[in-house]
Amino acid sequence: MGRIVLEQITKSFGSTQVIPPLDLTIEDGEFTVFVGPSGCGKSTLLRLIAGLEDVSSGRITIDGQDATELAPAKRGLAMVFQSYALYPHMTVRKNIAFPLRMAKMGPAEIEKRVNNAASVLNLTDYLDRRPGQLSGGQRQRVAIGRAIVREPSAFLFDEPLSNLDAALRVGMRLEISELHKRLTTTMIYVTHDQVEAMTMADKIVVLRAGHIEQVGSPLELYKNPRNKFVAGFIGSPKMNFLEGDEAKRHNAHSIGVRPEHIEVSDSKGDWTGVVGVSEHLGSDTFFHIHDTGLAETITVRAGGEVGFRHGDRVHLTPRSDVIHKFDAQGLRI
Amino acid sequence: MARSVSTRRKALNTLIAWTIGLLIFFPILWTILTSFKTEAQAINDPPIFFFFDWTLENYAVVQERSDYMRFLWNSVIIAGGSTLLGILIAVPAAWSMAFVPSKRTKDILMWMLSTKMLPAVGVLYPIYLLFISLGLLDTRIGLMVVLMLINLPIIVWMLYTYFKEIPTEILEAARMDGATLKEEILYILTPMAIPGIASTILLNIILAWNEAFWTLNLTAAQAAPLTAFIASYSSPEGLFYAKLSAASTMAIAPILILGWFSQKQLVRGLTFGAVK
Repeated sequence: MGRIVLEQITKSFGSTQVIPPLDLTIEDGEFTVFVGPSGCGKSTLLRLIAGLEDVSSGRITIDGQDATELAPAKRGLAMVFQSYALYPHMTVRKNIAFPLRMAKMGPAEIEKRVNNAASVLNLTDYLDRRPGQLSGGQRQRVAIGRAIVREPSAFLFDEPLSNLDAALRVGMRLEISELHKRLTTTMIYVTHDQVEAMTMADKIVVLRAGHIEQVGSPLELYKNPRNKFVAGFIGSPKMNFLEGDEAKRHNAHSIGVRPEHIEVSDSKGDWTGVVGVSEHLGSDTFFHIHDTGLAETITVRAGGEVGFRHGDRVHLTPRSDVIHKFDAQGLRI
Repeated sequence: MARSVSTRRKALNTLIAWTIGLLIFFPILWTILTSFKTEAQAINDPPIFFFFDWTLENYAVVQERSDYMRFLWNSVIIAGGSTLLGILIAVPAAWSMAFVPSKRTKDILMWMLSTKMLPAVGVLYPIYLLFISLGLLDTRIGLMVVLMLINLPIIVWMLYTYFKEIPTEILEAARMDGATLKEEILYILTPMAIPGIASTILLNIILAWNEAFWTLNLTAAQAAPLTAFIASYSSPEGLFYAKLSAASTMAIAPILILGWFSQKQLVRGLTFGAVK
């Protein structure tokens, strides 16, 4: 069980309100990702749920029980920190056993659970080492091990992969997703990386300045962003935004077209421009087109074999069925 | 060419360092040497360095005349006790200042330090009166409390500096893992801060051991530590230089040995957090 309900919660530091009144429900077993630019309040929100910060007002309910005033340990949640926050003076075994020891569990049961967690996370050979003797990925696994032995009602992850190198990050992303599939425990995951959000989440919560901009499944947010902010934040490369006459033609203040929804050709098209930088990824190529008269740059995603050069004049055609229209306030029309 | 300059530089630095080191150490060396001379040789003019008749007579006399072990024991109890007491009070204080600071934390730290700028003699009278009415005069417990209080600002400051170096996330992890405040301090913070706590304890023992103002003024016979033992040989009458030196050597020997064996720890502790 792990249904978490936030009702009208706020958080202020001194006179600055970082979380204005906010409502959110996280269903049992859901993998929820809080995503947003740095300083949007996503980590603060997670810390409020964890109990590491007190809410200024509002109510937090976990599994129907009011947890607003409960101490962190009494909430039945486990947290994995960005810096792993392992206890450097303890072996891996003692690190993983620590929450069980604090719960006054018997040594036999502790032993059993630690060994179990270690085998799940491939840490059996490292149980007698100290965190300082482990690699980044192994440390992160120890942090996860320390979280799973308690069998919490929900896991909280605070940017757990941002200290790892790119290759390892992809691997750990998969491991955490698999862990979620196996345990089916509620997970709340904070990240500023929209790729992590898209690939892992059942439900994404997009935050800006403490406000929830939109809640939905990854594809929902991709297909139907509620406003320009969400449209620009979800999807990579970023959506192109055009204003002026081109937008007026669609009866909108501005329009958004994703790079993958623009066709590029050397013969004909709706818009014309000059190729600037090309980024070749092998599978895809991203062209940055200048001098279209519409926006400073338009980014286009084409197949890996498309080979325009710097300075080539090209023609662009947006797919008319996937043009996003926004009003003057940036809201979707 | 660059190399020859740097070699000369190194030699110069070494020379300067040794000169300063010897200058600082000289009074101690002189005291130790004098303790092995006869009283006549001790005041000889010009002073005699090494070529005198080495004698242990002063040590024998000092031993005979006063009970060294009793003074030593008092010093150990007072220095150790005041340090232990100070650590017990300073760990929670430094914890709260480092991890749950308020708007006034910096001011409180500065205020605590400012008490060290007060001349001790300024509060001698009130403290003396307090000691009389509380019956603490010439007791070990009284001295322990006074020495703990005068060194407490330094202990809190040192521990505060060490604790600031410990990432808050680790303590938060312990809180999430179900550790109570007591368990968090006992199982996580203290083991992580052991090097810092150890050098704080060492420095405090040295300060308490050498403290002379309060130990001389507040003791008579019962609780007198080694500082009083030395003082009892500085007499206006008679020739006592050699015996005074013997007493001093006996008084500083334990702390000198402790300092020698823990110098690495001490230096690390004192420079900790200085470069950041």
